[in-house]
Amino acid sequence: MKNHRSPQEVNAGSMADIAFLLLIFFLVTTSIENDTGLNRSLPPDVSDNIVDIKEKNLFEISINNADKIMAEDDIVDSKNLRDKVIAFIDNGGISNGNEAFCAHCKGNRLANSSENPDKAIISIKTQRNSSYPVYVSVQNEVIGAYNFLRNRESLRLFNTTYETIYSDYYNDEISEDQKKILKERLEVIRALYPQKILEPETVNN
Amino acid sequence: MIKFNKYRSSKSLPPVSTASLPDIVFILLFFFMTVTVMKNQNLLVENTLPTATETEKLDKKDRVIEIYVGKPTSEAKTNLGDEPKIQMDNKFITVDEVGDYALQALSSMPQHLRSVATVSIKADVGVKMGIIEDLKSQLRMVNLLKINYTTYEGAVTDNL
Repeated sequence: MKNHRSPQEVNAGSMADIAFLLLIFFLVTTSIENDTGLNRSLPPDVSDNIVDIKEKNLFEISINNADKIMAEDDIVDSKNLRDKVIAFIDNGGISNGNEAFCAHCKGNRLANSSENPDKAIISIKTQRNSSYPVYVSVQNEVIGAYNFLRNRESLRLFNTTYETIYSDYYNDEISEDQKKILKERLEVIRALYPQKILEPETVNN
Repeated sequence: MIKFNKYRSSKSLPPVSTASLPDIVFILLFFFMTVTVMKNQNLLVENTLPTATETEKLDKKDRVIEIYVGKPTSEAKTNLGDEPKIQMDNKFITVDEVGDYALQALSSMPQHLRSVATVSIKADVGVKMGIIEDLKSQLRMVNLLKINYTTYEGAVTDNL
């Protein structure tokens, strides 16, 4: 009698409940972490930071308490900001023959805009009631402008984008020798378009 | 209709097998286990980050100091009002204390990571620049100059 009975099936119905319990536990104790952002370096805390900057080499962006963005005495839309910054950095206004002449610049070479990318300085001013997302947008557009120019030069010189070089450099799977080459390339491009972003202290008026 | 009823009464359908349900749930479980990380801080402030396109990946977790800025959440704001607050180390701190707490976090890091420490500012979209400027000047005072405005990926037009 016993031998003829087929083996009894194990009831797996509660398995789903157990898995659900585990799932809910993980949903509660973990969070999806966000780990991207805009990297910036603050200037060191020294008081003797009076530098002589020619007015034409300074691109002033201000955000007022009503979140309006002003660049070079004009109210601008955040969409046009990047193009304006690119035009300013890439202007290369100094005349050919001068030692500071910018050969790789493709700008309009206007006399009243920046002399060369090394001298071009972007200043971002905010007021206490400007909102943070607008400030982040402005930072993003300025960094975007630099990235655009760096990508252009990187494509011209090394046939890859700046972003690929940068991400390869921080990739752990790449050998030390290759990293050396990548580092040199990064430095060449950074020297062509150094990021110079000023953030003066907030003025209350 | 009559024919159908006749068919059902004579020969009942076999039950739907739920044997694959645990497998489906396990797949979901493994998905969540891989994409999420354990919470190390209980958020006491509202924290919807702004969006940006030119983002870079944040450094490894062991060299990052996190600062949250935002309005206290409804559970936390018993008597704190509506003004944006700074959260570090699972509690609210004032702007003047930021430097001390940042240095404390720095000193708990291994020696070789201290020079590459990054401060990740996770500020809510409703925050004004005043508190951010104060925060930045505090960080400058303790010489923590590498900062990261942590954002979501997305078009900047979502910010306005």
